[in-house]
Amino acid sequence: MRLVNRLPAPGWARVLALLPFVAVLVLYLIASAMRLADNPADKLLPSFATIGDAIVRMAFTVDIRTGTIPLWSDTIASLGRLFAGLGIATLIGAVLGIAIGVLPYLRALLGQFVAVVSMVPPLAILPILFITMGLGEASKIALIAIGIAPLLIRDIALRVTDMPPQQFVKAQTLGASSWTLVLRVVLPQILPRLIDSVRLQIGPAWLFLISAEAIASESGLGYRIFLVRRYLAMDVILPYVAWITLLAFVMEIALVALQRRAFPWFAAARTAQ
Amino acid sequence: MSLISVRHLWKEYDDKVVLEDINLEIEERAFVALVGPSGCGKTTFLKMLLSEEIPTRGIIELDGKPIPKEPGPDRGVVYQRYSVFPHLTVLGNVLLAKDLGARGPGTRLLGRVFGAARRAATEKARELLAAVGLAHAADKYPSQLSGGMQQRLALAQALMAEPRVLLLDEPFGALDPGIRADIHVLMRKLWHERALTAVMVTHDLPEAFGLATRVIAFERRRDEPSDGGRYGARIAKDIGIWPPRVAGAPKAV
Ligand SMILES: Nc1ncnc2c1ncn2[C@@H]1O[C@H](COP(=O)(O)OP(=O)(O)OP(=O)(O)O)[C@@H](O)[C@H]1O
Ligand SMILES: [Mg+2]
Repeated sequence: MRLVNRLPAPGWARVLALLPFVAVLVLYLIASAMRLADNPADKLLPSFATIGDAIVRMAFTVDIRTGTIPLWSDTIASLGRLFAGLGIATLIGAVLGIAIGVLPYLRALLGQFVAVVSMVPPLAILPILFITMGLGEASKIALIAIGIAPLLIRDIALRVTDMPPQQFVKAQTLGASSWTLVLRVVLPQILPRLIDSVRLQIGPAWLFLISAEAIASESGLGYRIFLVRRYLAMDVILPYVAWITLLAFVMEIALVALQRRAFPWFAAARTAQ
Repeated sequence: MSLISVRHLWKEYDDKVVLEDINLEIEERAFVALVGPSGCGKTTFLKMLLSEEIPTRGIIELDGKPIPKEPGPDRGVVYQRYSVFPHLTVLGNVLLAKDLGARGPGTRLLGRVFGAARRAATEKARELLAAVGLAHAADKYPSQLSGGMQQRLALAQALMAEPRVLLLDEPFGALDPGIRADIHVLMRKLWHERALTAVMVTHDLPEAFGLATRVIAFERRRDEPSDGGRYGARIAKDIGIWPPRVAGAPKAV
């Protein structure tokens, strides 16, 4: 049988999916054990026991100085910024993207402008944000929103113009105005696609968040990682990285589930076209 | 007076003539089948009747008045594909004609009829669905329907808006022969029972002669590559079906 026709059995597929994760863990354990055997004070690849101690310290112990548990206060601070930035960007992306997609005049006015703006590297304007908005929450949220909104606008506008033109004519023959055409025909079909676009922007959103927190912040997951970097505290950095990855992954799964529950027609319609 | 009146209609794309000097009078309750070789401008003609394309020259009148500049509920359409909305259920698709078409400030703002108007609309939508044989599928999404069922739904949806003219562009072209025969029966029934004037593009001559009151053939006088698009299609044949079909009198066929 050709390789392209060989399918793994369902149970076997699950084992295969787990394999790379196990492999990374095992490799880490071996490398860590080898380095610690050489030099018990090595900080680069701490043992699981050391990492466990760090997790207990960061995630389950109240810090006497601040009166909070570091991991949770960091997580709340970071997620607040992330959701605010993503939320603002999603709103702008949906509203402007649909408007540009359906209104030829707005497309003529803003199409090229948005294309150029989306080429500005967001991190390059971070100093401008810090200068104009200060070092507080606003500048961090703004960085995420500015970094993501132009891409979302372009993506949504493109998806609107990709809709079959027959649907626009059809809706008008049923009596739609421009507004009801958007409300009843365009928006409901764009929302599940918006979820797809936002999913792809979760990674960049974290990138902008951690960059902003690393540079100027007193709280947050990015702030913590860059703070303990000074002491080479790999036992804290590694679980923090794993935690951030897990949070991003859960957001991804939640969006997929939302798409499936809220738009039951979408999966079939997507493959039909 | 005829319902649709087309006078000296030309359509050119860049320097290529697609249609030249089309003159046509269509009576109320007529069922016109439009045939002709591929690329001769049948879809283009339908798009102009729909105000989706603008004639280069000439006039199209509906009820003695120039047709509006954009598509509207006076002219309904059924395409070969993409006629129904994938995000709405079968019932939702038919109700949409009232949701979008009804007047009143709330409806204009929200694109939805409410209360007694909604109940009346739902009742009418269910009647139409029963008429096209989709009563059992009201809660399904279009992607769960077969091609023939989707076209039945498209007919119901278009008829819900009660258009003066129904325009159909190869509506049954993608269906299997057996299913096509079924939907022809339905089409005939709808045309007899409702105040319908229809213009249907088709490649299928038996379909044209089997459904229409009048078959019109578009053809280019000359179609040589060396002509460089100087000749558009004209009405080559205009055949009245004999004995005449009379709307509302199925026995007369
Ligand atoms: N937007 C356009 N721009 C330029 N040329 C066009 C455009 N639309 C149609 N044409 C040309 O006009 C001619 C008629 O096209 P049309 O789609 O009306 O043909 P048709 O009779 O419907 O053909 P078919 O039977 O294959 O559907 C074709 O030669 C086509 O290339
Ligand atoms: Mg065509």
